[in-house]
Amino acid sequence: MSQKNRLDGGLIDRSETWSFRFDSQYYKGHKGDTLASALLANGVRLMGRSFKYHRPRGPMTAGSEEPNAIVELREGARKEPNTRATTIELYDGLRANSQNRWPSLAFDAMEVNDLLSNFFAAGFYYKTFMWPAAFWEKVYEPIIRRAAGLGSLSLQDDPDGYDKGFLHCDLLIIGGGPAGLAAALTAGESGARVILCDEDFLIGGRLNLETYEVGGMTGAAWAAGTVARLQAMPNVRVMPRTTVIGAFDHGIYGAVERVSDHLAVPEDGKPRQILWRITSKRALLCAGATERPIVFENNDRPGIMQTSAIRAYTNRWATTPAQQVAIFTNNDDGHRTASDLVAKGVEVVSVIDTRADAPTSSDYDVIARGVIDQTWGRLGLSQIEVKMPKGGIRRIKCGALGVSGGWNPNVHLTCHQGGRPVWNEALAAFVPSGTLPPGMTVAGAANGVFSTHGALQSGADGAKAILADLGIKASAPALPEAEDTPVRITPFWHVKTAKRAWVDQQNDVTAKDIKLAHQENYVSVEHLKRYTTLGMATDQGKTSNIAGLAIMAEVAGKAIPDVGTTMFRPPYTPTAMGVFAGRAWGMEVRPTRLTPSHKWAEEQGAVFTEAGLWLRAQWYPKPGETHWRQSCDREVMQTRKSVGICDVTSLGKIDVQGADAAAFLNKVYCNGMAKLPVGKVRYGLMLREDGIVMDDGTAARLAEDHFVVTTTTAKAVQVYRHLEFVRQCLCPRMDVQLISTTDAWAQFSVAGPNSRKLLEKIVDDGVDLSNDAFPFMACAEITICGGLRARLFRISFSGELAYEIAVPTRYGDALVRRLMQAGEEFDVVPYGLEALNVMRIEKGHVTGNELNGTTTALNLGMGRMVSKAKDSIGSKLSERPGLTEPDALKLVGLKPVNPDHKVPAGAHLMTKGDKVTASNDQGYVTSACYSPNLGCHIALGFLKSGDTRIGETIRLVSPLTGVDHEVEVVSPHFFDPEGERLRA
Amino acid sequence: MHDLAPLCALGGAEPHTDQVAGVTLTENPGHGLASVAARLGQETACADHLGTLLGSDAPGVGAWVRSDPMSAFWMGPDQWMVSAPFATHEDLAAQLIQRFGTSASITEQTDAWVWFDMQGDGVEQVMQLCANIDIEKMPVGAAARSVIHYMGVYVLRSAPDALSILGGRSSAGSLHHALLTAMKSAL
Amino acid sequence: MIINHPLLGPRDSSEFVYLGDACLINRPDWQADDALDQFIEYGHTRDNPAGLHRELWYHEQGDRSWLVVTRNTVTHEITQVELARDVARAEGRSK
Repeated sequence: MSQKNRLDGGLIDRSETWSFRFDSQYYKGHKGDTLASALLANGVRLMGRSFKYHRPRGPMTAGSEEPNAIVELREGARKEPNTRATTIELYDGLRANSQNRWPSLAFDAMEVNDLLSNFFAAGFYYKTFMWPAAFWEKVYEPIIRRAAGLGSLSLQDDPDGYDKGFLHCDLLIIGGGPAGLAAALTAGESGARVILCDEDFLIGGRLNLETYEVGGMTGAAWAAGTVARLQAMPNVRVMPRTTVIGAFDHGIYGAVERVSDHLAVPEDGKPRQILWRITSKRALLCAGATERPIVFENNDRPGIMQTSAIRAYTNRWATTPAQQVAIFTNNDDGHRTASDLVAKGVEVVSVIDTRADAPTSSDYDVIARGVIDQTWGRLGLSQIEVKMPKGGIRRIKCGALGVSGGWNPNVHLTCHQGGRPVWNEALAAFVPSGTLPPGMTVAGAANGVFSTHGALQSGADGAKAILADLGIKASAPALPEAEDTPVRITPFWHVKTAKRAWVDQQNDVTAKDIKLAHQENYVSVEHLKRYTTLGMATDQGKTSNIAGLAIMAEVAGKAIPDVGTTMFRPPYTPTAMGVFAGRAWGMEVRPTRLTPSHKWAEEQGAVFTEAGLWLRAQWYPKPGETHWRQSCDREVMQTRKSVGICDVTSLGKIDVQGADAAAFLNKVYCNGMAKLPVGKVRYGLMLREDGIVMDDGTAARLAEDHFVVTTTTAKAVQVYRHLEFVRQCLCPRMDVQLISTTDAWAQFSVAGPNSRKLLEKIVDDGVDLSNDAFPFMACAEITICGGLRARLFRISFSGELAYEIAVPTRYGDALVRRLMQAGEEFDVVPYGLEALNVMRIEKGHVTGNELNGTTTALNLGMGRMVSKAKDSIGSKLSERPGLTEPDALKLVGLKPVNPDHKVPAGAHLMTKGDKVTASNDQGYVTSACYSPNLGCHIALGFLKSGDTRIGETIRLVSPLTGVDHEVEVVSPHFFDPEGERLRA
Repeated sequence: MHDLAPLCALGGAEPHTDQVAGVTLTENPGHGLASVAARLGQETACADHLGTLLGSDAPGVGAWVRSDPMSAFWMGPDQWMVSAPFATHEDLAAQLIQRFGTSASITEQTDAWVWFDMQGDGVEQVMQLCANIDIEKMPVGAAARSVIHYMGVYVLRSAPDALSILGGRSSAGSLHHALLTAMKSAL
Repeated sequence: MIINHPLLGPRDSSEFVYLGDACLINRPDWQADDALDQFIEYGHTRDNPAGLHRELWYHEQGDRSWLVVTRNTVTHEITQVELARDVARAEGRSK
């Protein structure tokens, strides 16, 4: 198909002709086109179907405010629904499809909704699909979902990358029209750090869309020259294709840079988009203004658009939506479009001006005090009917109709922190109020200054005032001469007789819907919005809100400012979810921490599991083992029989030093730490101030003034934060210094009856590991393997004779290999988290499952550890009556009466004979495993008064999983309850 | 001399290097590290000791003083990180304990960190995709703690076209991935 | 938000962790006659002002200082930032 509506001139590069496909048809366009401009040049006005009624629609605008021409861009995994054809930059081979139609755009079966429109008025869903309730999910919702809506998702992973970035500046200028460019020149020449963002790929705003001269050249030429000057300044960062989407606290702005959206596929390694977090000292909003429509009967046909959009297509993109164009306006702007069209050789069939004082023209016919009564053309405008001032109807054939109801300043970002714009009677528009986000000022059309000269001046003045405020000297640049036409408008919002007259074209809201909402007593503008969905589509009502408010004001008999406005929120334009995720998805959603033995464990074929951010070996399968339980049972049995090795590096380690280190630990642990001898380790319980257990761990005293404290893997960060709180806020005159050493040391547990013999092979001469020299709970700094510094702790989580040995992390890999080698004669095994868990449950040792943020020392059977002889965090509130009831939960062991039964974690405990109800609940299971040593499943759990119920048979229920059987309450110390093995 | 062979943080026997356009990223295991925190009431004495070691004043807020063989950067109030060549100062913490006596708490930090050096034209653009620091205004000899992809880091500026980035050693692989991805994206 | 750290200057709030009302510095005396009542008050009772609020922030991804930040809860304006340790010392806290 030829580009039959392509005109001369424009800012497109005709030396590059590109082929693209819309639906099944191929077309040609040029570099510099948008999808919408290229389609219009090819004579295509119909680009989509509306959300609810499936009405045929074409572009209404030439920018990001577009409600109608939304398409699915690209195919396969890169398919992006609901993309505005008016902002899609054309590239060679582009593919787009229309959406919300079946089977085709021209013949859409769902158009039947339009005939049933009486049934789909505002509130229809609320009123109609009320009952029967069961019908909602199965009948109504699927039907509505199929009928209504926008584009469809690819349902594949997004193959592109997105970055997040951080920029800092003195002055952020939002928008690169005349005001923004003048401001950037002023600030740039002063030496201030400036960032200039514009959502368009060609900076210049309306300078690129108009025909008037600026400084003796075209506006576009002046803009291009100015951009080149700015780009040459090292202190100015010019960012085209970058939309500032939100204004946040303290001068922080969010901006999306579309790095690769104008390419078929991003370059290798390059992101599709970047979400910039811009920290600015000041911001100048130069976001321009948006032309608003007039509401009349059937005002949504393809070919009916803003007059400014027709002018933009004509002047910048050298295309016209049709060869015969009419204009409907209430202000002088419509006439500007008519003149530009005439200059380009397009026939202007009539300018219908609602005003009595409409200007006249020798180039085109003007109908003063006329209004549009009706339009015709099923898939595109073919004729309008004008109600003449002296009565009667005049029919005019035309393929396009430009509509201008005046201009709305783009105040959106001024509202992102609660600011409300104020009504300006002369402009008949809302303008930014005094309650702007701190640090923001507004210039140009966004501030209601509509002439080019005014915009240039206000941009330069705005920048100068900001720079003065920042203490930067600036002189205003010589501004070019430009038009300074005053605004002439007589408000006219809608043709009152109109019924099917579209206010919000993206959400299919009509003037009738607004009247209905008022009739049903939706008085508040926020209620009107939600009841009718006016302004709630992806365009946030950029073209529809004010007309909606005006109609509401009229039916309510109020003035527009008394109706008020709804709130604009970020993002300014629809934003891809991917850019908010950035690089944080898949395995990169958070950092991965590896243990020092990771590489070695991989070589052993270990299966890993996530423990917080850490990857830890879960078990080490041997050839022939097909189920994890086989590996786990073997690791447990072999450790208890001989010796096993486990990487325990992930436990948090905190170095605590200072003259008051002991007193400090005495404050943060509920049990006594002050008198711990040097060379000894003690188990400690840390409480939150409210008496609940925060964490447990060990404290090893390496010197009078030096401790190493361990935390659980999960709580390392919170515990460190808590210790700093106590140090700085509660005990600010204690001499104590803290630093984390978790990553500095590789630490391995060596457990089992042969652990001493194994370690004796690697420690250096003079290190005595005998029970007398190095008893249970001893610690020491030693050397191993011929002089490597190491730390040795005789502590045991497994219940065996056991040690933990630590070396600088870089030697961890070598140490685990050495330990395994030295242990060969003992048939040493590495054991993973599963075996570790089994052994600690067999011993009744608690872990995160028991320290679950609801349990106290009393619940854990450690009530007596909370010292009354000293002050410690949480000790006082652990005495609260509610935490010390006689029937408080107590930690118990559980064994199934039938040894074949499991005792699953999460199951609840009921007294035999009681009904299974929440009020009869006696407790719950926290940790469960199969014990290869006991030959049955065992568990730990909390049971009311559990310590006095040992021996009782109790009912275990899990209604969700169908568990219901009997278990026996036993001591939580299943294995070696006297602890003889660990002291051996 | 012990006979255990060290591994680099990224898991290799030798440090890992990458190059994208004109920027190189190199893992640097050659620094011994120890933290120095002044004891209460010993703040001046501690800073004096540190100044003597460095042959200048102790680094002020956000500063990094490089000297031979020892360097130090500010970590927090009355707290610094001291570095020296690993080959000659593997026992840095023990050496510092001798020097500082009871004026400071010294903690070995050598293997708590992975140390990356990034050098070449465009390191600022790379860092703008990584951390919320005003890298354009960060002078040579400055040290800043920040966050890269949820990982706490120190960023040190060694030259107009060179940065060092210290991150937790256990997450060295994730930090390397983040830096390399940013390099490919920005350069 | 930007918090103007007394030592480091303006820093992005994403580097900080929020705790709550700065009254948490005023931990009661465990040996007072009504210690339990005081601790219950300390642990659970908070003002909820629409306006200036003194609150504790921890510079976790920074210098590890706890700060007392005076912030207007209505506008987010921050009018004062102090090192919590200095505040605690000035309020007489010791060991």
